[in-house]
Parts: sequence; structure tokens; C-alpha cells
Amino acid sequence: MRYRQLLAGTLLAAVFAVPACKPKNASTAVSGDAAMKAYVPPGKYDEYYNFLSGGFSGQMSVYGLPSGRLFRVIPVFSVDPEKGWGYSEETKPMLNTSHGFVPWDDLHHTELSQTNGEIDGRWIFGNANNTPRVARIDLKTFRTVEIIELPNSAGNHSSPFITENTEYVVAGTRFSVPVGDKTDVAIDSYKKNFKGTISFIRVGKEGEMDIAFQLLLPGVNFDLSHAGKGPSHGWFFFSCYNTEQANTLLEVNASQRDKDFILAVNWKKAEEYLKAGKGVKQQVRYAHNTWDETTHTGKTEIRKEVTVLDPAILKEICYFIPCPKSPHGCDVDPTGEYIVGSGKLAALIPVFSYTKLQKAIADKAYEGEFEGIPVVKYEAALHGEVKKPGLGPLHTEFDGKGNAYTSFFVSSEIVKWNIKDLKVLDRASTFYSIGHLCIPGGDSKKPSPKYVIGYNKITKDRYLPTGPELAQSAQIYDISGDKMQLILDFPTIGEPHYAQAAPTELISKNSTKIFKIEENKHPYVSMGEKETKVTREGNKVHVWMSSIRSHFSPDNIEGVKQGDEVYFHVTNLEQDWDVPHGFAIKGANNAELLIMPGETQTLKWVPDRTGIFPMYCTDFCSALHQEMQGYVRVSPAGSNVPLTFSTGKLPKADTTRKK
Amino acid sequence: MKKIIYSLPLLIVMSACGGTDNGNGGTGTEPTSNAATGTESTATAQDPASKKGIGKFTDVKIAPTMDAAMSDAGIKIYDVKCASCHKLTDERLVGPGWKGVTERRTPEWVMNFSTNVDEMLTKDPEAQALLEICLVRMPNQNLSDDDARHIYEFMRKNDGVK
Repeated sequence: MRYRQLLAGTLLAAVFAVPACKPKNASTAVSGDAAMKAYVPPGKYDEYYNFLSGGFSGQMSVYGLPSGRLFRVIPVFSVDPEKGWGYSEETKPMLNTSHGFVPWDDLHHTELSQTNGEIDGRWIFGNANNTPRVARIDLKTFRTVEIIELPNSAGNHSSPFITENTEYVVAGTRFSVPVGDKTDVAIDSYKKNFKGTISFIRVGKEGEMDIAFQLLLPGVNFDLSHAGKGPSHGWFFFSCYNTEQANTLLEVNASQRDKDFILAVNWKKAEEYLKAGKGVKQQVRYAHNTWDETTHTGKTEIRKEVTVLDPAILKEICYFIPCPKSPHGCDVDPTGEYIVGSGKLAALIPVFSYTKLQKAIADKAYEGEFEGIPVVKYEAALHGEVKKPGLGPLHTEFDGKGNAYTSFFVSSEIVKWNIKDLKVLDRASTFYSIGHLCIPGGDSKKPSPKYVIGYNKITKDRYLPTGPELAQSAQIYDISGDKMQLILDFPTIGEPHYAQAAPTELISKNSTKIFKIEENKHPYVSMGEKETKVTREGNKVHVWMSSIRSHFSPDNIEGVKQGDEVYFHVTNLEQDWDVPHGFAIKGANNAELLIMPGETQTLKWVPDRTGIFPMYCTDFCSALHQEMQGYVRVSPAGSNVPLTFSTGKLPKADTTRKK
Repeated sequence: MKKIIYSLPLLIVMSACGGTDNGNGGTGTEPTSNAATGTESTATAQDPASKKGIGKFTDVKIAPTMDAAMSDAGIKIYDVKCASCHKLTDERLVGPGWKGVTERRTPEWVMNFSTNVDEMLTKDPEAQALLEICLVRMPNQNLSDDDARHIYEFMRKNDGVK
């Protein structure tokens, strides 16, 4: 132990002495032809879609590579008044949880669905780190279509990574917490009462998510994960730290041991136990929210049961592999043979071998147990170590040509190294303090290794100052040659953690252009202006409204009374790409609607005073967009103004209108 | 480069239309017939493309009597996708009223316009002339070929064809 610490210290000192680790500034890092490599002429498409987690924004953003152009921010876990997400009556259920409506979260990782270990362009998943959830976004519509909450979880960090045919998406707790009936316990009873759980969420043919089982594990912090692939398909690997099981000042107390663990999970074995009825059904409460594309409406179902497997009792599901030190990234190479653990406090990168791990398990080459789970001997599972790679290794992506690219937070660099011989081949500075990195397809069987993109936490002197808060950034490096070459950087929304990228044609060809009005099954759809009307049920007023360039129908409404709840159900009758209409009304306490062609969305409005209230289209739609407006008259409660509505009806005296 | 291959009559037609280069799409498809009709109608400055418009419909066979089944299908589409902007009288709302449209336009022009809106508004002089009056580009309502035919039959019914 002492010797190891001494060795680690020496290595740290040695790495500090390497001058390449210290980034200078951008001007020295960019060479002449960089602009050409990142330039995408106006009107041309980018080569790749890049899906970035938004971190504390709770959203996912879509950029083009190599241009770095921002195309869309997809609202996922946080409300987005711009798009009415979480404000329209239809989208509100999508943010329901067992805690009620939660308007914000922290989205850390994005994961594209795969078939046979290759990106298939169907969906992308995102995790909610704060109130544990997993979201699925449909890449035809670029919309969040499903969110599932995770019971027995806190801080869903090692998520939403998937198996090679998207059989499962996983979710591991960062915070261990007490689970079961007795959760009101002393915090310092952590070792006794706190548990980590890992959820395996089954993904159906249409993408629908369902928690198949949860593994009940020792109270540690599960951090990141990746599935085995090819020969190691059937296994999943999770990094974990705080094996000290500290409940306070983790900065110090969770950094005591010189090794924590990678947890290897044989999920096929877990499936066998599940099938054999070895799971324990536990009563819990969690929300499952789904979006229906034909009714354009979300719904919440509260589920009440989850099946738990205990690997301390059910043997051969779980094994711990010692990994120095507080491992963060846990990445599996394209062949499925090598598992790279990145100890963020270690001065080396251990690379484990799936074949050796299997042999170690067969030989029972264990150094002991940790809370009932065998701990495999470090050397028995180790392929080798990358020596002196840099400081603070975090994450690794692969180029499919035998090389790995690892990000180093402390020394602000990306280091390229060879997986077989563990030799460092190249290093490039980042500006500054890189977290995750991404090669298109870089965690799949088939990477598309033209670029590596680094996602930086700090930008300091990189961009124009904007007060105390500065943008985070992404940096694109051309990796088509032997050496990495920085070609562009761009600021990002929120804080990017993990990101994934896919070739343009895999996704662009499936993109939805309109929703067919004939298929609109919304209960309040107006199939044409003929069906538009205003109806009253007690104090609820329903406005069946249509929009088309460039008017609403109806656009004059009278007979609404103070105390009424008014629901504007706006159907966009357009059937052309890129023609949304907006809807806003003065004094609304929520937001606007943005209604896509063929879609119906509902804004609830409770007028707080009498008078005339204007409403208008917020999304510029035609030369007469500014004319797309109307009025609602609100009379006192008990008034006898009849409920009337009209479009294009002029006062009787006014006969000036010509055809 | 392309201009070199235009035949002489075509050039005459184009200058008769005011010398815009908007006729490329139409002239490329049917050079012979365009040239022939174009020369005949120079007196009224009628672009050949405008008789039939630009699009896939070049020869639509219309029976002398109205087809009720087609017309019924047409009115259903009209209610959802057209009625917001087109009245059945001759009154203009957002777009022109439909009364008399089958007398003013060929079936090909109507069906090309309703299925190939963007190209028609960019290249067809008659469609462009309408845009100058209405100022709102007709939306592409994503009509199928059959939809367009059914709507045309409904227009005929609206114009009194029995």
C-alpha cells in the first residue's frame, strides 16, 4: 500500500515535468489549414450530427460536425417555454415523477441506440442525474417521447449506456441510499443501511422502456459504465468509487484507498435468475411517461413494483475488479476484449482483458470478497497499464484502428495511445480542463474516426468575456492523420458532459417533415376551419382553433368570464415542412405554444381580469404574419354576454371590403 | 452554357414573357410543344407553361360529366386543407375564391399548382401573378395526385358541371 502511494506520487511528479501537458494558448495550437477542414459552405450539410448533453440545462443539443453549427436544442428534462415543453397541457405529463411535476434536471450522458454494436439512428437516450430518470428521444422527430423514473436510486449517473442490440439501457446510482421500507435512518449508518442499485431497463421493439430488474449492491458510488460487445456481449462494466463508504467530506474520505473497483455484471446470468423467479418483488413508486404521436399528447402512469436481484446471494452475476484510483470512465474497445478504467486520481491507465477476467473467474483467482461479491485479483484481469499518460484520466473513446483516445482533466489534454502495446502515440492540448470526449461511433463496434471532439469545462480567456459566467466549449480535432490537429472550437449550451455523433445520412433520411393531419387523433383536433368552435362545460371554455397562413379561426371570441379556465386547442392545418405556427395570449401565466404542421397543442389560460385580450402567432409564418392575430373579450363573472366566436365577420355597417 | 441549347422560337417566347429566367423548368420538359403554343399566344403574352403549369400533370383526361365519388372525396380534403383560405364563391379570402376556376384554368394547371406549389410559385408566371395579388404563398398542403384530382372534380361540381 505505502509503496503504491509512493510510486503514484513519483509518477505524478514525473508527469508534471512533461512540458507538453501545459496548454499555452490557441494561437500556437492551430495550424494553417484548420479553417478549411472545419468549413462547411452555406447551404451544405455537415458530415455528422453531434448530440451533446446539456448538463445543468437538462436538455440535449444538436450540432453539426465539423462546422460546430447549433441546429436544435431538444427539451428533455427541463421546461422550455420557447417550445411550450412542460407548459402545454399535452407536454406537462412528460415531466411528472413520483415527486410530482419536476421542471428541471441535469442531463449528463447521451447514448445512441445500436444494432449489432453499430449506431442505428433510431433513438438517443439521456439520463437525469438529480431526480433519477432515463429519457428516450425519437430521432425521426427529435422529440423526447418517453421518460422513465428509477426507484431505489439517487443521482442516476452511470447511465444511459446500452447493450449492443439496445436490449437494455442501464442506470446505476451515484448516491447510495437506504432502500426498502426503512429509509429514515442516521446518515452515519451508511455502511449498514445504504445500498447501491443498478437498474436494467428493457427496451422494446418500438423503444418502449420497462425496468426488467434491479441489482442490489454494496453502498458505493457507481460512476460510469459501458456494455461488453462481441465476445463480451452479455456483460456490463461499471466503475465505482467511494469503496471507503464515506458519508461526509468525500473529497478526502472517498480518496483513501489506492484502488476502487470496476464492477463486472454478467447480465445474461441475471436474466437466468430472473426467469427462475429468484427476484424479489418490491413495492415502490415511479413514473413512466410516454408520448403518443397520433394524439400529440403525453401521459403518466405511476408504476408500483420492481423486481430486485441480490448478487450477494445469487452468485455469478457480479465480480469486482480492483481499479486505481477513484475510477471514472469505464470504456470497452470496439473488439469487446479491452476494458479501460480511468482512475481520475491515478497516474496510469489500467486496461483489463475480458479473456483474462473470464479465466480469473474460472480459476477463482480472487483476493477476497466485498460485501459478498468476489474481488478478482488485479493482475489476474489486467492486460496492462499505460504508463505516464497524463494527469487526471477521465474518459476513453476508440478509433477502431487499435487506438484509444483518453481525456485528461488535470493536464488539459487528449492522449492517443495504442491498446495492444499501451504506448502513448500523440497528445494534444485542450482549452481547458476537458471532461468527456467523442469520436463518432467511438463507443460502438464500428467507429467513424475522422474527428475527436473534446468537451471542456473551462473557457476562461477563449471567448469574449460575458460577465462572471462563461460558456463551456467543444473542440474538434482532425484525427485522420497520425497526429491530432485542432481545427475548430465552439461554445455550447449548458455544460456538455458525454456526447455522441453519427453520420448525417443515418439520421437525416428519416427526419419527419410534417405530421399528417389525417392521422391526428387529438381529442380536440379541428379537422379544418369548419370544425372550429368554442364550447363551454361549466367554467371550462374549450376553444377549438385552427391556424394556417395567416389567420386563426376563430379570431374573435366573446362570452368568456372571469373565473373561467380557457383551453386553446390549436390545430396547425399546414402540411408543409418548416411551417410551425405559434400561439400566445396576453397575461398567460405559462408560455407560448409552438404547433408543428398537422399537430394540435393546448394552452391553458385563466384570465385574471376583464377586458379585451389580444392573441397572436409568434412564429413568423408569411408576409401577413403580423396580421395573424385576434381578440378575446373577458366579461365579469355572472355577465350575460353570450358565448360567440367568429372569423372574418365584419360589422354590418362596414361594406368596404372588396373581393 | 444552358442558354446555347435553347431554340430560337423559345428565346422569342422568353422575351415575350418579360425576359425573366423563370421559365427554365418548364421549357426543359416539353420544348417542342412549348415553342409551338408559345408562338401562337405571344399576342396575349401568355406563357406556355402557364396553360398547364409546371409539374407532373401534362395531360389530364376529363369526362364531360361530373364524377360524384371523386367530388365527394374532394370536398373532404377541401374542408381540412383548403377551406381556411379559399371560399367557394368568387370572393377572395387569403387565396382566390374558387367560383369559375375550372373555366379560368386547365385541370393540369390546377393540379400542378396544388401538388407542386413551390416550383410553380418560383417559375410559373400565372402563379406568380396571383402571389402578387394575394401576397401569401399558397402552402404546400402535401396533397397526393389523387387528392389533387378529387379536389379538381369538386371544383367542377362547384362550377355547375353535372
